[in-house]
Amino acid sequence: MKKKKSSIADKIFVACNTLFMIAFVVITLYPVLNTLAISFNDGIDAVRGGIYLVPRKFTLENYQTVLGKQNMMTGAYITLLRTIIGTVFALVSNALLAFIVSRKRFLFKSQLSLFWVITMYVNGGMIPVFLLYRNLHLTGTFWVYVVPGAVSAFNMLVLRTYMQGLPDSLEESAQLDGAGYWTVFSKIISPLCKPVYATVALFVAVYQWNSWFDAMLYNRMKSEYTTLQYELMKLLSSVMQQSGSAANAAAAGATASAVTPVSVRAAATIATMLPIICLYPFLQRYFVAGLTIGGVKE
Amino acid sequence: MARNTKTNAPAVKITWKEVKRQKFLLFWAAVFVIYGVIFYYLPLGGWIMAFQNYKPKDGFLHSKFVGFDKFIFLFQDDTFLKVLRNTLGMGILNLVSTFIMAIVFAILLNEVRSKIGKKAVQTISYLPHFLSWIIVTGILHDALSTSGIVNEVLMKLNIIDKEVNFFAHPGFFWPIVAFANCWKETGWNAIIYLAAITSIDPCLYEAASIDGAGRWAKIRYITLPGIKPTIMILLLMNVGNVLNAGFEVQYLLGNGLIKSVSDTIDIYVLTWGISQNDYSLGTAAGIFKSVVSIILIVIANYMAKRAGEERLF
Repeated sequence: MKKKKSSIADKIFVACNTLFMIAFVVITLYPVLNTLAISFNDGIDAVRGGIYLVPRKFTLENYQTVLGKQNMMTGAYITLLRTIIGTVFALVSNALLAFIVSRKRFLFKSQLSLFWVITMYVNGGMIPVFLLYRNLHLTGTFWVYVVPGAVSAFNMLVLRTYMQGLPDSLEESAQLDGAGYWTVFSKIISPLCKPVYATVALFVAVYQWNSWFDAMLYNRMKSEYTTLQYELMKLLSSVMQQSGSAANAAAAGATASAVTPVSVRAAATIATMLPIICLYPFLQRYFVAGLTIGGVKE
Repeated sequence: MARNTKTNAPAVKITWKEVKRQKFLLFWAAVFVIYGVIFYYLPLGGWIMAFQNYKPKDGFLHSKFVGFDKFIFLFQDDTFLKVLRNTLGMGILNLVSTFIMAIVFAILLNEVRSKIGKKAVQTISYLPHFLSWIIVTGILHDALSTSGIVNEVLMKLNIIDKEVNFFAHPGFFWPIVAFANCWKETGWNAIIYLAAITSIDPCLYEAASIDGAGRWAKIRYITLPGIKPTIMILLLMNVGNVLNAGFEVQYLLGNGLIKSVSDTIDIYVLTWGISQNDYSLGTAAGIFKSVVSIILIVIANYMAKRAGEERLF
């Protein structure tokens, strides 16, 4: 597509496009980098404003405060646990279900698919679901994070589409050798599905890591099951309550400590996003592939 | 896309032998059906509460039936009408703005010639998608606060001469929510368009170049028509979500000053149902939302069918 001679209009286009891309990157990255700078800056000093990309008065105190908070540590532990258990559980369930509905000979494959596709469009809503979890004694437990969302029609469809693309002869020849369905699933289909498994695992893991609403709704009274994002949300609302006004912030600063809610929140924000930021660039090809096969949407 | 369930293999008859052969599949299928009934279908039974004056101590069986009273109450309630307007308004604004942003971004990124530059911009563009709404709203709150960067830049440029408290003016809230959605999802949503652009036959561009088409002409007459089916199917899938688009940001950023423009149906359900314990009213509002969503999907699907475009079912 190389052009021999680029016209003036072309040059203007390239210049504008480059500017657009630079603006896009700046708008995307600046708030994150600014939060990073504030998280390493003395809290009271930060109230004066004027901190952009580098801390002015460097300190680790904000991070020490975050690490010293019992509920933050509990939140980190629970979040890690729900991310690991939730992802494994969801992956195994969705994969097995997708395996069943993608078998050509399965007697009820279209009925079972439909049964799950309906759940994408119709749901009971917040209140009936809340009452159900309460009646099942799921509220107030760790399992409310893991069990209800284990099967999702969307993830199942992504996996099913991929499995349907594998040649049937794989299954047939294994069965001629006397392999049962479990062997076909675990030894033949699953190893071939590694890329799509990675995609679905990524979707579920990000969802689990970022969840806060379920912690607020179902485990508000159970501080032992709090999550990282829920703790962050509490910090956010404490910042918002004394929002903006420098007088308030200065009043908060008048106490002996050099940390303010704003600076502590910045540190907590960075700590919470760090694992994801470190991981996602390496997983790019998986989610790009996953979105493209799965059709669309999160 | 991805919905090609039609397989022309001969149907397998239900025989005792086949059932025995498939016992592993059947057993687990049954487990998944039981699971689905419990977690997805059983809550639908809870819809009965919307037609009752549900009292937890009486349960579903002994609570008094009130017919459509709760729905009538909803439509006479000014607060509900306001949250309905807010949900629809923000839902449509978000849908349109995130859509346009993603398409524009994908097309422009595709025009970037430097391979490294393209890769770098794309990788950065995904970043916000992986951040939780808590983090995004926190960041947004900082940027838009009276001492935040947005006020500072606007002051330096002499566009304003006094700091604006963006969260105190009702007029700013909807655009802020739309911007937040664009900031978070543009790069992510563009993935699918970029994939669609890649699959356009390069010969078309070459032929157009020979005919002397410039970049704009190529974008207009080749790229855009090339990704039109993708745009249509994504639009279809998202139309049904218009009413679902309003919870986290609004809940986190809303405050007393702008409640009348920030509250959405989900927040209404949460306030009435969970905090005030009026399960019946909360459920009725939830049902209304579900029903409208389904109607929207069906209409969108029907229109796509009429227009001869791809459709969902």
